[in-house]
Amino acid sequence: MTFFKAEGLGINFGGIQALDGVSFEVEAGQVFTIIGPNGAGKTTIFNLVSRIYDATRGRLVFCDEDITRLPPHEIAPRGIARTFQNIELFEHATVLENLLLGRHAHKRSRFAEELFFLPRVRALEIEHREAAEKVIDFLDLQPYRDRLIANLPYGIRKVVELARALCTQPKLLLLDEPSSGLSVEETEEMAFWIQDIRTLLGITVLMVEHDMSLVSAVSDRVLALNYGRTLTQGTAREVQEHAEVIKAYLGG
Amino acid sequence: MRFVFKTSYAQDLTLFGDSVQRNWYVALLVGLLALPKLVPTYLSDISLVLIYGLCGISLMALAGYTGLVSLGHAAFLGIGAYAHVYFTQDLGLPWIISVALATALTAATGVVVGLPALRMTGVYLTIATLAFSLIIQEVFSRWDSVTHGLKGRPVDKPVIFGMSFAGDVAFYFLCLVFLVGGLWLTRNLLRSPTGRAWVAIRDSEIAAQSMGVNLAAYKTMAFSFSAALMGLAGALFAHKIGFLAPDIFSVLLSIQFLLMVVVGGLGSLHGALFGAVFVAFLPVVISQARDSVPAWIGAVASVLGTEPGNAAFRVADRFVKQPGLEPGIFGLILVLFILFEPLGIYGRWMKLKVYFSTFPLYKRATFKRQRAYMRSERLR
Repeated sequence: MTFFKAEGLGINFGGIQALDGVSFEVEAGQVFTIIGPNGAGKTTIFNLVSRIYDATRGRLVFCDEDITRLPPHEIAPRGIARTFQNIELFEHATVLENLLLGRHAHKRSRFAEELFFLPRVRALEIEHREAAEKVIDFLDLQPYRDRLIANLPYGIRKVVELARALCTQPKLLLLDEPSSGLSVEETEEMAFWIQDIRTLLGITVLMVEHDMSLVSAVSDRVLALNYGRTLTQGTAREVQEHAEVIKAYLGG
Repeated sequence: MRFVFKTSYAQDLTLFGDSVQRNWYVALLVGLLALPKLVPTYLSDISLVLIYGLCGISLMALAGYTGLVSLGHAAFLGIGAYAHVYFTQDLGLPWIISVALATALTAATGVVVGLPALRMTGVYLTIATLAFSLIIQEVFSRWDSVTHGLKGRPVDKPVIFGMSFAGDVAFYFLCLVFLVGGLWLTRNLLRSPTGRAWVAIRDSEIAAQSMGVNLAAYKTMAFSFSAALMGLAGALFAHKIGFLAPDIFSVLLSIQFLLMVVVGGLGSLHGALFGAVFVAFLPVVISQARDSVPAWIGAVASVLGTEPGNAAFRVADRFVKQPGLEPGIFGLILVLFILFEPLGIYGRWMKLKVYFSTFPLYKRATFKRQRAYMRSERLR
C-alpha cells in the first residue's frame, strides 16, 4: 500500500515554474522533511496537497487514492491536516473554538438538528469537546483555553495551530515551518512534540523546516529542493553533506 | 470580582452562560412582558424595535458572523412582506402557513443571491447585493398583479386562528414571540458546528477550507438562513406599517440595517439588538430634535441679546429643516463608530461589564487594539 506519494509534481505560475517534476514517497510513521532555500517550492508542495493550488502536472496519492483533483474541503476528512507558515488561526475566536473547528471534519450533526439544538447535537458537541481536551492536555494549552487568539503571543499561537491540526485526528500532518518565529526553548519543545506526535499518536509528519538542528533531531528522511527541482533525498546527514545542497545554500 | 466555576463540559453549551446571567435574562423577559403596562403609549414604536431586532440578527448572522456584508437586505424584507400579503390577502391562506411560505420563499431567494457570493469577496459582493436590491425594488414597482405597483397596497391586521392581533398590545406580544424564537434558533446555530464554520469563514477562508469546511455550502447556508429571518421579519413589518409601497424597501433601509449591526457591534447577537433599539429610535430622536434644538440654540444665543438670539434660531431652524439630514446623520454616526468604537455599543457594554467585574484591577489595555504584522504573506 502507498501511504503518501507525489509523482512528477509540477506547477507553473505564469512563466515561473515553481515546481518541476518533484517525486517523493512518505511511508507511514515517518517524519519526512522538505528543506531548501527561499522560493524553492516547499510551501507550494503543501498548497498542492491541501488543494489551494491546482497541479499543472503529476499526481498525489494518499492511502492508495488519487487526491490530485479533490476539492479542498475533502482533504481534511481523508486524514490530512496542516499548519500554515504565517499562522492562519481564527483571530476573533477563543482557543477552544479554534480547536473545535478542527473537529469540523468529524461533524455528524445536520443543519435542522442544530437549529433546534437537539439532544444528539449536545451529545456530539461534548464528544468533540472531549477530543479537543485531549489535545489541550497533550500540548499543555490549559491556561489559554478561553483566551482570544488576538490576545495571545506568537509562540502560543503556533502551538494552538498545531493543536487545531491535531484535533482533526489526521493520519498525515503537514507542518509548514513549525519553528519559524519561535525562541530556542520553544523550538526545543516543538522538537519533542513532533517526536511525540509520531511515536505516541502514530501520526506521520511531513514538514517544511529551515532550522537544521530541528531537522536532524526529528526527521527520518529529508528531501532537498532548489528552484522547484529535487536536489537529493536521504537521511538528514546525507543531505547536509551533499555537494549540491551545500552549493544551493552557500553558493559558489 | 466574580469567578465562574466550571465543572462540566455541558456548562459551556448552555444558552446563557452561568446562572447569574440567566437570572438577568429572566428579569429582562419579565420586564418585556410588563412593558405594555409600563409604557402603553410607545408600544407601537417598541414593536418596530422588535421587528428591527429580527432584521438585526439576520444581518448579524451574515455580516457579523460569516463576514459577508450585504447591502440588499431591504429587498429580502420586501420579498417577505409582499409574499406574506399576497398569500394571505389574495390566496386566502391561513396566517401561520403564509408566514412559513413567505419565509421559505425568501430563504430560496437567499440561496439564489448566495450563489454569486461563492465567487465574490468583500466589496464586490456588497455591490452585487446592492444591484440585487435595486432589481427587486424595480420588480416590486412593475409586478402590478401581486404588489399593486407604485400605488402600493394596504395590509390587513393579522388574524391568527381566528384571533385578531389588531391591538398594539397583542401585536407587541406577537413580535416578541417571533424575536425570541429567532434569537433562540440563531443562538442554537452559533453554538453548533455550523456557527463555528461561519466564524471560521469570516476569519480565514483558507484555514476553514483545510479544516474541511465546504465554503460554497456554508456561505449559501448563511445567506439562506439570513434571508429566511429577514422574510419572517418582513411579514411582521408588513402588518406594522400597514401599507406596502416599493420605495419603502430602498437602499436606505439596507444601509440602516448595516448601521444597526455596525453600531451595535459586529459579531454579537447583543449588538444586533442594541443596534435595533438605536436605529429604531434615532429617527424619533431626530424629529424631536428638529422641533426643540433651534429653540434651545436661540435661547442660549439670546444671552447676547434678542437680535442674535433670533438670528441663531433662524440659522439653526434652516439647518434642521434641510432635506436629507437623516441619511447624513446616519452616515456620520456610522463613520464615528468605525473610527472610535469598532466593537460598537456591545463593545462599550463589555468594557463596562469587565470594569465592574474586575473592579479594582481593571486594565485599560485589555481592549486595546494592536497592530499585528503577522499576516504579511496571505495566500489571498
